[in-house]
Amino acid sequence: MSSVVLITGVSRHLGARLAEQLADDPAIDRVIGIDATAPRKADLERLGRTEFVRADIRNPLIAKVIAQAQVDTVVHAAALDATTGSLGGVGARVSPKDHDVVGTMQLLAACQKSDTVSRVVVKSTTAVYGSGPGDPAVFTEDMHATGHAPCGYAKGAVEVEGYVRGFMRRRPDITVTILRYASLIGPTIESPLTRYLAMPLVPTSIGFDPRLQLLHEADAVEVLRHAAVAEHPGVFNVAADGVVLLSQAVRRAGRLRLPVPAPAISFVGGLVRNSGVVEFSAEQASFLNYGRVVDTARLREGFGYLPRFSTQQALASYLDALPGLRGLPGLPGLGAGALRAVESLAGRLARVV
Amino acid sequence: MDEARVIPLHGDDQPPRRRGSGRRPAAVPNAEASIHSLSAAEPVRPPAGDVPGWERRVADGLAFLRRRIAGDYAVDDFGFDADLTENVVIPLFKPLYDRWFRVEVNGIDNVPSDGGALLVANHAGGLWALDAAMTAVAVHEEHPAGRHLRMLGADLVFGTPGVGALARKTGATLACNPDAERLLAAGELVGVWPEGFKGIGKPYRDRYRLQRFGRGGFVHAALKSGVPIVPVSVVGSEEIHPVLANAKTLARILDLPYFPITPTFPWLGPLGLVPLPSKWYIQFGEPIPTAGLGQDHADDPVVLFELTDRVRETIQSTLNRLLVQRRSVWR
Repeated sequence: MSSVVLITGVSRHLGARLAEQLADDPAIDRVIGIDATAPRKADLERLGRTEFVRADIRNPLIAKVIAQAQVDTVVHAAALDATTGSLGGVGARVSPKDHDVVGTMQLLAACQKSDTVSRVVVKSTTAVYGSGPGDPAVFTEDMHATGHAPCGYAKGAVEVEGYVRGFMRRRPDITVTILRYASLIGPTIESPLTRYLAMPLVPTSIGFDPRLQLLHEADAVEVLRHAAVAEHPGVFNVAADGVVLLSQAVRRAGRLRLPVPAPAISFVGGLVRNSGVVEFSAEQASFLNYGRVVDTARLREGFGYLPRFSTQQALASYLDALPGLRGLPGLPGLGAGALRAVESLAGRLARVV
Repeated sequence: MDEARVIPLHGDDQPPRRRGSGRRPAAVPNAEASIHSLSAAEPVRPPAGDVPGWERRVADGLAFLRRRIAGDYAVDDFGFDADLTENVVIPLFKPLYDRWFRVEVNGIDNVPSDGGALLVANHAGGLWALDAAMTAVAVHEEHPAGRHLRMLGADLVFGTPGVGALARKTGATLACNPDAERLLAAGELVGVWPEGFKGIGKPYRDRYRLQRFGRGGFVHAALKSGVPIVPVSVVGSEEIHPVLANAKTLARILDLPYFPITPTFPWLGPLGLVPLPSKWYIQFGEPIPTAGLGQDHADDPVVLFELTDRVRETIQSTLNRLLVQRRSVWR
């Protein structure tokens, strides 16, 4: 069976890695990547035989591309992109609504008109569950955000999924996979979380210590690839095993926490945002208070994928690649110095005992 | 694993027993099992009389400090930090448990050594849920398997800065059926206080009078998971902060479920938070098995209400009995 795969967001991390993998797969005839910006130079060689179309998916041109190339699998990796935007998963500096929602609508409209498309994979985010004190500790795919109306980025994600469900009703013959990704992390990906943890002083809200569940970039690409090459209808949470607390992650990173009163975190975040490091919004502040953990039983049993990295391993893989702090030499030294002092004390004691 | 199934059956077939594993008919295998689980559950605890106490303690303390600074410890999906709970939180509560309240525990062997079980207790205390903390310390310190009690709390707890984070780290999670069922399915001991704020904030004149037990959500969770329900009766908790009145307007302004006025709170400020030193008794009752009832009954309101009432009656009658036996509130 001939197979033509269209990947959106191919100039960004996930899309590029996925295109690279699929281009290496002899069972796939053509890989078409689409994005509004050209791929980075470093990615160009790795993309192999991927054909690149420079277009914004908000442009109706996308329907023409699908029709002409007789695309049968559409992977919407650009939806709710992980590399720009918010901590609780993802988001975009441009109004997320504009890019994600309108782009998804346009893409789904093109798929709906097509006779050749048989499989659609949409990357979503666990941000659709929200995070709050009244939420269950672990979200399964059947749960919805409770008690608080989603805002900002999460609202965009909920709307995107709403349009995807509408599309599923109109074209029941097309297999649709919705993948809800947890916060991405890894040695090469750049995400709000990686930028946040790379800060020398990490602002956290006083009295809160969110549970973070991560997903290693390699697992993220692998799950997308599985969904692109085989039938996996349904909604799946995609996240690594286990949890780290934010305080624990900051300690492991050898950073210091800057505890800020919860209401002030968006203000401090605003200062940080203006410095261009990381963005904060009300919804991220709530993520920084409560965190979010999802159930991945369906990913293991229904989808048949076991993430290779646990949350702890994914964090370690990111931290190993993290460059040392520039400009502020004294700060991480504090944690490491205390650690050395404790270790030498323990060593001396072990000799005595 | 076998023992978890054996214990509720014993409870079902035998006449009620008090305490002490010595009276068990199958004393030998049980003793072996409990020794085994003791060593398996607590590898950190030093064997008595091995190395000089203080040196071992300093070494343990340094190892703990090293783990904390490096972030080298595990936290489960609910945010439970066993390392912190065992090494900091329980040792902090232990003097309160031993010296201040002089807690006397009965029937700890009614709590299964492994596998899930739902502990249902009366709720009191006026200002803060000390009864929950003391029950958790009792389960961890008195039970041969040293198990942790996973407490279910209100969303107000988890939305409060400091309190919420600490609650999660000590094993608590939101009182909702998905969380309870997930914990029970994982074979954890889950503690629930179904009276909620109605119990903890009730006036002193209503002491030891059980309030409404909600809609029986906890019974639903136990039925669905097929785990036994262990009724827990706590005496002594009602006297620590006698609630004389409830400042309703103030509670509404502060968006709290109630605002207690006690002889010391809020008059003495933070000093008002010091509990009165009442003598406590915690009675773990005979487990009520639910496995035989089947999961189909989890949604049957008749079964739910009957079981809820049975648990409530058991706790109330145990409370009444303990109150009659008690010579004084303070001794």
